[in-house]
Amino acid sequence: MAGSVFLPIPARPAPVKTEGVLPWMRANLFGNWVNSLVTALIAVAIGYAASAFLSWGLVNAVFAPSADQCQAARGSGACWGVIVEKFRIIIFGRYPYAEQWRPEIGTILLLGLLIMSCIRRFWKPWLVPAWIVVLFAFFSLMGGGRLGLSDVGSDQWGGLPLTIMLATLSIVFAYPLAILVALGRMSTLPAIRSLCIIYVELIRGVPLISVLFMASFMFPLFLPVGKSPDVLLRVLVGITLFSAAYLAEVVRGGLQAIPKGQVESSQSLGLTYWQTQRKIVLPQALAMVVPGIVNSFIAIFKDTSLVTIVSLYELTGAMGLALNSEADWRPFKIEGYLFITLIYFVFCFSMSRYSLWIEHQVGRSKTR
Amino acid sequence: MAEPIISFERVNKWYGNDFHVLRDIDLVVAAGERIVVCGPSGSGKSTLIRCINRLEDHQEGRIVVTGIELSDDVKAIEQVRRQVGMVFQQFNLFPHLTVLENLTLAPMWVGKTPRKQAEENAMQQLERVKIAEQANKYPLQLSGGQQQRVAIARALCLTPKIMLFDEPTSALDPEMIKEVLDVMIELANQGITMICVTHEMGFAKAVADRVIFMDQGQIVEQNTPHEFFDRPQNERTKDFLSKILGS
Repeated sequence: MAGSVFLPIPARPAPVKTEGVLPWMRANLFGNWVNSLVTALIAVAIGYAASAFLSWGLVNAVFAPSADQCQAARGSGACWGVIVEKFRIIIFGRYPYAEQWRPEIGTILLLGLLIMSCIRRFWKPWLVPAWIVVLFAFFSLMGGGRLGLSDVGSDQWGGLPLTIMLATLSIVFAYPLAILVALGRMSTLPAIRSLCIIYVELIRGVPLISVLFMASFMFPLFLPVGKSPDVLLRVLVGITLFSAAYLAEVVRGGLQAIPKGQVESSQSLGLTYWQTQRKIVLPQALAMVVPGIVNSFIAIFKDTSLVTIVSLYELTGAMGLALNSEADWRPFKIEGYLFITLIYFVFCFSMSRYSLWIEHQVGRSKTR
Repeated sequence: MAEPIISFERVNKWYGNDFHVLRDIDLVVAAGERIVVCGPSGSGKSTLIRCINRLEDHQEGRIVVTGIELSDDVKAIEQVRRQVGMVFQQFNLFPHLTVLENLTLAPMWVGKTPRKQAEENAMQQLERVKIAEQANKYPLQLSGGQQQRVAIARALCLTPKIMLFDEPTSALDPEMIKEVLDVMIELANQGITMICVTHEMGFAKAVADRVIFMDQGQIVEQNTPHEFFDRPQNERTKDFLSKILGS
C-alpha cells in the first residue's frame, strides 16, 4: 500500500510460560489430563522400583564383612560386606598381598598423568618424557626385580591396575596406528591401499576373543620354546591391533568428509602430502569424528575384560576370582558385579563427558 | 615475445578412457603476460590451468613451467607449486585456521620463514587486499567476497611468479564481484603473470593482454581483447560471444 506508515508490533510474552520449576512442570508434566495421568503412572512405577531397590540395597543390606549375617539376609537384603571382605582381591587380583602398595602407587601415577594429559594447560612438550618416565615407573613397580623389589611375574598382575594399563596402552598405540591405516586406505598407491583393506577386513571378521586366544596360545607354538614374548605383551598387541582396525574406520569416515578443495588448495600452496595431512586434513577430519573415536575408546576400556579368558585377571576376572575362591561368599555375585559396574561406569562416563568438552573445544572455529 | 614462463607442447589429457578433455594444446605464455581463458562449461579451461600446477596430470605432450618440466617427479612439482599461486572458485580457505594462520601456513612450512616474519608479510598481503582488520577471524565468519580476497592474499604470500584464477567470481553474490575484481585488476597492474578463467568480459577488456577461447578441449581462437571482442574470426567464437554478451 503506498503511503502507509510502518507500525512496529510490540513484543508479547509467549503464550505458555515455561521458565522456572513450577511453570515447567505444569507445561510439560500436567499440560492436560492425558499428560497428568501418564506422569502419575510413571511416578508410581519409579517410586515402586526405587523403594524396592532402597530396601534391598540400603535398609535390609548387610555392610559388615560377615558371611553368616549375609546368609541370613539373603533374598531380602544386599550383602555389601562381600565388597569389604574381598576388596583387595577385587582391586588387585592375584598380586601378592604384602606387595599391593606397588600397583597402588603405579596406578595412581598412571591415572594422575592420564588426567593431566586431558587438561589443556598441561599440553606441553614435557608430557612425552613424563609418559616415558611414568610408564617405566609403573612397570618397574609392578614387575619388580630391581631396586630391591621382589620379582612379580606378569601372570600375577591383576585387577584394576591391569585394566587401566591395558586400556591406556592399547588406546595410546591404537590411535596413531588407526590414523595411518585410515590414510593408507585412502591412499592412491594400490599396494598400501590393499594392505590396509586386508588388515581392517581381516581383523573385523574375527571376534576379539579369538584374537586373544591366538595371541596367548597359538602364537607361542610358532616360536622356539621359551623364546616367545611375555603373555601380557602379546595380549596388549592383540587388543591394540584389534581396536586399531575399528578406530581406523571411524577416522576414515572423517577423512572422507573433507572436501577435495581443501587438499587441492593445500597442494597448490606447495605443502607436501604429510604436511597436508597433518596441518589441513587430519585436524578437520578428527574433529568431526570425536564422538566415534571416544566411542571406540570406551569400547576398548570395556573389552579389556575379555583377557580373563587367557588367564589374566583384570577387574572383571579378579572379581570372579575373589568370590569363587570361598564357598561362603560365592552366592553374592550380584553385589560384586554391581560394585565393578560402578567402577566401569565412573571411567566410561568420565570419558564421554570429556568427549563433550573436546567437541566444544574443536567446534569453536565453526562459530559464526 | 619475451622468455616464455609457461609452455604447452601438444598436450593431451583424458579423464578415464573415453573423455578427451584436452586436445593438442599448444600454448606459450610470456613472463608478465595477463591471459583470460573463456569458453562454455566442459570445454577444458579449468583443466587447462589446473595442469599448470599439476593438480591434474596430462598423458601426452610436454608442459614446462618456469623452466621445470612437469612429470611424476614430486620434488619438481613442489618447486613449481611454490612459484604458482592459485585461487579457486570455492575459495577453499582452511576453516579450522584463522585468516592470519591461513596466510602464514605455507610460508612457515614450505618457505621455512620464521613465524614473526611470516606474520608481518601476511599482514602486508592482507592490507593489499584491504582486509587486514579481519586477520584474527575464522574464514566462515567472513562474506564470500572477503573470503575470496583472503584466498588471493594467501596465494600471494609465497610471492609467486604466476597467479592462476579458476572462475574466482563465479560463486559470489553479484554485489561482491566488484571488490574481488578490483583486487585482481590492481594485481594485474603490478606485472605478475596471470592466467584467469572467467566470464567477466569487462575484466578481460580492462587488463588482458590476450583472450583465449576454448571449446571441446581445444583452443579455438586467441587474440588481443580488442580484436577478440570486435572481430572474432571463428563461427564458434561469434556464437559464444553473442550468447554471453547478450547481443
